[in-house]
Amino acid sequence: MPSSTSSAMNQAPAIAEFRAASKRFGPVLAADEVSLTIRRGEFLTFLGPSGCGKTTALRMLAGFEAPTSGAVYLDGERVNDMPAYRRPVNMVFQHYALFPHLTVAQNIAYGLLQRRPRPDKAEVAAKVARALDMVRLPGFGPRRIWEMSGGQQQRVALARAIVNEPKLLLLDEPLAALDRKLRREMQIELQTLQRQLGITFVLVTHDQEEALSMSDRICIMRGGKIVQTGSPTVLYDEPISRYVADFVGKSNFVDGIFAGHNKVTAHGTTFTGRILCTPAIGSKVTLSIRPEQIELTRDGLEPVQVVNRIFLGEHTEYLVRHDNMGELLVRVSRQAEAAEGPFDPGSEAFVRWAPDAALILDQD
Amino acid sequence: MRFYASLVYLFLYFPIAVIVFFSFNAGKSATQMMGFSVGWYGHALHNPFVTEALRTSFIVALSSASIASVFGTMAALALQGMKGRVRMLFDALIYVAVMVPGIVIGISTLIALVTLFGWINPVLAALFPAGQAPQLAMGLVSLIGAHALFSMALVIIILRARLAGMDRSLMEASADLYAAPFATFRQITLPLIFPGILAGFLLSFTFSFDDFIIAFFVAGSETTLPIYVFSSIRRGVTPEINAIGTMVLMTSLVLLVIAQVILRRGPRQEAA
Repeated sequence: MPSSTSSAMNQAPAIAEFRAASKRFGPVLAADEVSLTIRRGEFLTFLGPSGCGKTTALRMLAGFEAPTSGAVYLDGERVNDMPAYRRPVNMVFQHYALFPHLTVAQNIAYGLLQRRPRPDKAEVAAKVARALDMVRLPGFGPRRIWEMSGGQQQRVALARAIVNEPKLLLLDEPLAALDRKLRREMQIELQTLQRQLGITFVLVTHDQEEALSMSDRICIMRGGKIVQTGSPTVLYDEPISRYVADFVGKSNFVDGIFAGHNKVTAHGTTFTGRILCTPAIGSKVTLSIRPEQIELTRDGLEPVQVVNRIFLGEHTEYLVRHDNMGELLVRVSRQAEAAEGPFDPGSEAFVRWAPDAALILDQD
Repeated sequence: MRFYASLVYLFLYFPIAVIVFFSFNAGKSATQMMGFSVGWYGHALHNPFVTEALRTSFIVALSSASIASVFGTMAALALQGMKGRVRMLFDALIYVAVMVPGIVIGISTLIALVTLFGWINPVLAALFPAGQAPQLAMGLVSLIGAHALFSMALVIIILRARLAGMDRSLMEASADLYAAPFATFRQITLPLIFPGILAGFLLSFTFSFDDFIIAFFVAGSETTLPIYVFSSIRRGVTPEINAIGTMVLMTSLVLLVIAQVILRRGPRQEAA
């Protein structure tokens, strides 16, 4: 789904843009020359661990932080000094930030009622009702905030933002406070809602699964800098560094020295792989192989010892020990395991992988 | 432990209980019960000196509490916006203001005002034709001012606690939803801190209504209820004093309970 739309996205005009935007808090450089174009109608995610600058980037779009240097553009206009209340942008806050003294309907109507001239009462009521329908809370308008469950509050926060039909909808870890099942549900709902409304969504999260399942594009951040931006497929299949490969999905890593062409020497052995970075000969690189790219067989060239077998339903994960590469995680599909039979812990087995399944990446 | 605690409470509340008890005395003695009657309450409320003093006390309490609430709220909001050392200094100063004994506040306010009036009165006398110049002196206004000054510290302390416990992202959410700073203040901040302001108002009112020491110094010729009670005790104690005391006690108690209830209810208050 995301991959099919991303080619069309490439042509979509920019709705927001960072131009070498930096933000300094005292000695901390929270955002370091961030440059990024956000396209109209896309679902973009800032992904990274806490303190990587993703929230700062989002807050610069919202208008809560002004860049120390560089610029932020919204719909072609430079908005560095535009206060939050003038920006055609709405945010869903991490802890929802619903107004406790107002009802659900009053919360949702809040943004509409700030407009001058004041909109018609019936029109506001109709919009609020439609927004409540959209987040599947019809009839909840007169409720008080504290009467709502966490998941319901989340939906109210969403309705309060989308009712204003913003040019950008910003979501700051909106699902972090929900339990796993509810989070899964909301992920699908958010994605559907975004398609329906055609509003550009910008999400901040540290949850890779969330990022992968919802986004058209993911922007991976580290230490205030953007490390790599791309579709989930590109980031998964062609990460530029170990950091990205580690953040997006699981992988096996073997550190080694680049030996030229497509060769890496590690632990006295030479491996071949696909080069996704531009290393100098003799520099440190990492070989990355996804667990599902490795085949576990009864006979072959690379012997391993089976350490552990974890049955996970649709597939089985094996932990195996390779003499040179150390412990490897191997994911075996149901069919493959049915063909080869389960491997017992402690038994001998062999691994193999396609030459271009091993990626040569920057080590950091 | 429980026994000692009971002793402490007995020690604290027994005198008060005695006062309340004897306010219902049918006889004229404040120490010898002569049968039950509410006659002294009627007596007190029909005494023109008492009603006049009560009126003065109400005016002073209402005015000083109103002034303290408005300015205290403004000061608390301003302090919220400050950072680091300056805020710590002001916070400390406010706690000190509450801890300073009433007698010190009374005397220092008196000295300050007398000095100030000593400077202003000659100026006024020079500006107006002879004999028509207004004379600044101790009275209702100086008393209201002194009480408002002290109560303001109470209001600030209550509101600082409330503001500190408030989610900052609520203000950001309001700004995000197109509300300019003043609109945010009116629609979000004020409704959320309003219980704190109300509680501060009630505490200020109680403080002013009960206060004797500060009033004694700066009231000039005005007589508040506590000052009336003090001066009539010198003419001998009758159960009328007990009745007045009980009424003041009840007023204060009711207001304090209301203030506590408001503060406890927290964000669940019905506003907007």
